Amino acid sequence: MLLHTVNKSPFERNSLESCLRVAEDGAGVLLIEDGVYAAMDNTQVSDLIKKRMGNVKFYVLGPDVDARGLGNQSMIDGVESVDYAGFVDLVEKHSATQAWV
Amino acid sequence: MEEEWDEGGPEVVKRFMYVNRKAPYGTVYALEMLEKVLIAAAFEQDVHVVFMDDGVYQLKKEQETKAINMKNFSPTFRALEGYDVEKLYVEKESLEARGLTVDDLVVPVEVLSSEELKGLMDKQEVILTA
Repeated sequence: MLLHTVNKSPFERNSLESCLRVAEDGAGVLLIEDGVYAAMDNTQVSDLIKKRMGNVKFYVLGPDVDARGLGNQSMIDGVESVDYAGFVDLVEKHSATQAWV
Repeated sequence: MEEEWDEGGPEVVKRFMYVNRKAPYGTVYALEMLEKVLIAAAFEQDVHVVFMDDGVYQLKKEQETKAINMKNFSPTFRALEGYDVEKLYVEKESLEARGLTVDDLVVPVEVLSSEELKGLMDKQEVILTA
């Protein structure tokens, strides 16, 4: 199963949308850099992730969330935060990584 | 060196508008725009700074960038007042789309609707967007 990484803001680019269109059930999606904005609840784009929650596993890179001042904002239920070591673990446990730059 | 404007300020003052549309750390646009704002301030121009689209994220409180090894430049927005840059505007629609309110921002701003922003933009002499 693939690990997808998305590093672009969902408000500015359609990377996450395209990623989710082709992501298989069971795949992992790790939001990094400006991609982490997609994980916030109560935004105009929150539904992108909510619609696939349960069949795709969503992760955010904690340091990128903190850098953007989102550490205390409400994140969409079910999104798991990982650190850099967790990022490496995810890469290791998936068959390949698809980076949606 | 003789400073011509020691007596009465700068010879020419124009209405400058800086439109910030980018999130703070994914690209270098936001930081560079802030530097451009400071340059205009140094020349004592009539500076207007707008935050819209992902640019509103530049003002988000509680940025903690140590772990990504980048400089947190959000405190600089609080220092702008000291350079007489006090006209900060946020587009209402952009703020709402991101589930944010003025309480989430590091500085006091004037919230404008797109309609109001349209009018303000039309009055400018120089507009820079990034």
